[in-house]
Amino acid sequence: MTDATPKPKRKNPVARTRLPTLPPASRSRAALGLARAAAEGRFEMQACADCGAVQYPPREVCGSCLSERLDWREVANGGALIATTTLRHSNDPYFRERLPWRVGTVKMDAGPSVVAHVHEDCHEAGRVRLALKLDRSGQAVLHALPAEDTPNMNDSPQLRETHCDPKHRRVLVTDGRSTLGRAMVKALLDAGASTVFIGDPATWKADAGFDAFVASDPRIEPVALDVTDTDSVDRLAASIGAKVEILINTADHLRDGGVMNARDVGLARDAFDVNVLGLMRLAQAFGPTMCFRAADGTHGAVAWVNLLSIHALAALPARGAWSASKAAALSAALTLRAEFGGAGIRVMNVFPGPIDDEWEQLTPPPKLAPSAVAAAVVRGLRDGVEDLYVGDVAEELRARLRDNQKAVERELGG
Amino acid sequence: MRSRQSYDGVAAAVPFTVPYARYSTHAAHWWLGRALAALIRESGIAKADIDGVCVSSFTLGPDTAVGLMQHLGMSPRWLDHIPMGGASGVVALRRAARAVQAGDAEVIACIAGDTNHVDSFRHTVSQFSRFAQDAVYPYGAGGPNASFALLTDHYMRQYGATREDFGKLCVAQRDNALRNPHALMKKPLTLAQYLDARPITDPIHLFDCVMPCAGAEGFLVMTEERARALKLPRVRIRSTIERHNAYPDDPIQFRGGWAMDRDALYEHAGLSPADVDFVETYDDYPVINMLQFEDLGFCAKGEAPAFVREHDFTIDGSFPFNTSGGQLSVGQAGAAGGYLGLVQALRQLTNVAGAMQVADARIGLVSGFGMINYDRGLCSGAALLERGTA
Ligand SMILES: [Zn+2]
Repeated sequence: MTDATPKPKRKNPVARTRLPTLPPASRSRAALGLARAAAEGRFEMQACADCGAVQYPPREVCGSCLSERLDWREVANGGALIATTTLRHSNDPYFRERLPWRVGTVKMDAGPSVVAHVHEDCHEAGRVRLALKLDRSGQAVLHALPAEDTPNMNDSPQLRETHCDPKHRRVLVTDGRSTLGRAMVKALLDAGASTVFIGDPATWKADAGFDAFVASDPRIEPVALDVTDTDSVDRLAASIGAKVEILINTADHLRDGGVMNARDVGLARDAFDVNVLGLMRLAQAFGPTMCFRAADGTHGAVAWVNLLSIHALAALPARGAWSASKAAALSAALTLRAEFGGAGIRVMNVFPGPIDDEWEQLTPPPKLAPSAVAAAVVRGLRDGVEDLYVGDVAEELRARLRDNQKAVERELGG
Repeated sequence: MRSRQSYDGVAAAVPFTVPYARYSTHAAHWWLGRALAALIRESGIAKADIDGVCVSSFTLGPDTAVGLMQHLGMSPRWLDHIPMGGASGVVALRRAARAVQAGDAEVIACIAGDTNHVDSFRHTVSQFSRFAQDAVYPYGAGGPNASFALLTDHYMRQYGATREDFGKLCVAQRDNALRNPHALMKKPLTLAQYLDARPITDPIHLFDCVMPCAGAEGFLVMTEERARALKLPRVRIRSTIERHNAYPDDPIQFRGGWAMDRDALYEHAGLSPADVDFVETYDDYPVINMLQFEDLGFCAKGEAPAFVREHDFTIDGSFPFNTSGGQLSVGQAGAAGGYLGLVQALRQLTNVAGAMQVADARIGLVSGFGMINYDRGLCSGAALLERGTA
């Protein structure tokens, strides 16, 4: 059974902060198909469209019939653990810092034998489930997990290298005044976050409900934060930047209005100021310190979450200016992911469908409860995914975009 | 299937080892060049008369055998580069033998060597193959230790081999190595020391691992007629086999390609395992020795542990085995490790093994094994060799 991860010890202020190392990141292009599945928490391997043989390691042509028609498909993830070893020596600095390290051979029900990281609760010669996880390099790796969940399973040192669990971590939610922001804070507290800094973009505006919410849990610390004001962002970073281990950017500026049929660009400018430039201000103020603290103790800086929208991928003409700002935010987030890569900090982009809050009053159902989005974000952090599609609308649009983007353009425009 | 032709009229001769060093500041070219120079010196053949060359090396890059020829000032009419790791020696021998038989070359120098810089090993391991890069190295970067630990774990569980069994082989090989001036390991090893060694990658412990080093090995292949004219002691090739990616559907490796070709090996030679006077296997880890005992017909599958308990594996024992001390006690000089057993067998059969000499050795069996491309060794080979007549 896995021991629950204890709270981090108080840090010795004069001790050197350990710098982040990363696991080996080189992969062939074919092998990056595994990353696509792992990024969304799916389990996929190549399968031959002609003879059905499941391939591993990933190939260019079928190892059985030589067909070049290899598709990535969801395959059965069960198997038998037929050999294990515990490494007490490694050729790589990342693993040297983390020894001993258990690996094994799993004979998959789907066919291939795979080498995998092996969870401490897996029994020798027993049944296991395989999961594809992103490691700290952002590359997909196979983890053999016990066939049934075990207590504190996610706290194993190996799995902790793949996820961004908020338990015992300090989190900044950039806008805590919105319905979604508050739901986010609540979900984080339920997940065991040690402190949640809750951004208040309008400290001058009295809100008894907000004050009562802030007073409801001693772990909540309200902070003034206006993402459109560089000084405000910088001041906050100077004050709490070295304590933020997960940053969840919930700030948003959602308004109706298209591109041609708008009076001026005022609305668009406001949306971009919050959704795009706000993200950049936060990144410039908080990012470098988070990178430096990525390997700081047992609970270093680990994740950056952007609350985007499925309309970052497919413009909603009725909210054209806002959609454009979400698309631009996604592009900025992809650069941020590359910039955080060297430190091993995960950038998770969240793509929800319409959320049932004050701004979506006239949107017909299905709409997502803010608490459902918040719960999905916590789940995403615990699973260590990179792209999170939340709700039926988002998942359906995702599937339709893969199938025929032109159809989606026409249908959303109609 | 067409019957295979004999190796009549072909001789292997002039076994040579460039003494190994734990680390070297030289490049692979230096080691290979020293080996070629020694073959020329020892045989008395002019450099220009070596008209074929066969090369194996992991650290020659970015050069290949081609670049090496310019480096060494050679103009061979036959050139081969064999990247088969531990199977390179046997494969080089059989390629060269056929080339000489066919008249494509008259005298072929087979050389293998590698350097070992302080960081070479990590470099070789992390870039070893595409499958290793994609599907093995990211899993703890344990290198061959980890891959063989998994095979060993499975073999022990399946067939009841114990650490004492592996230890007995390692201790016997160390005994043999103490008679070998080239062996890097100079101190005796007891079973207690073997068992008490620190774990590296369970169940692999310190003395189950080879020591990477720099070094080179070489030998010549030529017509029997030429060898006789030069008055070179020589060895006849009775039979050889090679196989790659055998049994791909086995979920984990518990046998090698020898098992597919063993009958052909003995049949072609007209010999049986009982005729073999000594055996030189590829021994990067002790479990692989057990696979070779089984797959080359000295005992049935799964019976190697019992076979080990029955025999004495020292030079004067009931089953003279890895008489140089093997890689486990001599060191693993990269691709030269794939030549070690063959060069030692040539010494035994030309009476130049000195203190390592097996009395009355007439027939020797050499086997090779190489290239953990993903989860198992892919290349296997073996040769039955016979002392040549004067
Ligand atoms: Zn196929």
